[in-house]
Amino acid sequence: MFVRLSAAIAALSILGSAALAQGAKPTDPQIAHIAYTAGVIDIAAAKQAIGKAGNKDVKSFAQDMVRDHEAVNKQALDLVKKLKVTPEDNDTSKTLSKQAAEKLAELAKLKGAEYDKAYVANEVAYHKAVNSALETQLIPSANNAELKSLLQTGLKIFQGHQQHAEHVAAGLK
Amino acid sequence: MRPGRYLPLITALLFGAIAVPAHAATIQITMQDLVVTPAEVSAKVGDTIEWINKDVFAHTATARNGDFDVNIAPKKTVTSVLKKPGTVEYYCRFHPNMKAVLTIAP
Repeated sequence: MFVRLSAAIAALSILGSAALAQGAKPTDPQIAHIAYTAGVIDIAAAKQAIGKAGNKDVKSFAQDMVRDHEAVNKQALDLVKKLKVTPEDNDTSKTLSKQAAEKLAELAKLKGAEYDKAYVANEVAYHKAVNSALETQLIPSANNAELKSLLQTGLKIFQGHQQHAEHVAAGLK
Repeated sequence: MRPGRYLPLITALLFGAIAVPAHAATIQITMQDLVVTPAEVSAKVGDTIEWINKDVFAHTATARNGDFDVNIAPKKTVTSVLKKPGTVEYYCRFHPNMKAVLTIAP
């Protein structure tokens, strides 16, 4: 369990370190790309869970994740279109996607209750890491007021998801 | 078109209005940007709550004591009538960080 958790956390801590490595704050087009990518990752994990999860609370949690993250990402796409900003791929997004693909492959090998627990534990850790990145890196770096406001709404949504995931995890013990 | 023609209708409306308990109120509670406003509401049994969801996300108003569980789809308004008295803490099942309190007098 701890090995899996630490892998997830490592994937997200990149958010901070990659930007630091560049020696500059991420730009708005990069922030938009990172936030969108973080959503896409959670949707992919949730779609896997809808197919694999045995526990009904885990399955409905996964359905909630697809619904909310698709709604957030739709808002993000509408906003970048309105602002005429083209999301810009970057090292943080690339690292996130790569690590998420590895995590998905790792989870794919698990079955039944073991899978359910691992998926939910990863959701707790993942949302925690995204929230920390939003709070310490992405929101403070965002220049555009509307982008900043969307990220702040995103933070509240993801904090809600984290609590929801913790609640589901507690029910699995 | 003489006013007299409408008398039966007006009478019916008046009596209809009287039949509804005079003290029942309709109270609006709004969910926007993951925040419930007002966070504390005082109401009475028989009052109607209009749950207004201004977000693009689905929310619920779920009583911790199990007294009610209302689903509010994105950008929708749902009404429910308060049936039991008590101080009820409620939250959103999808986003448990959304919390508020309803104080329902008998």
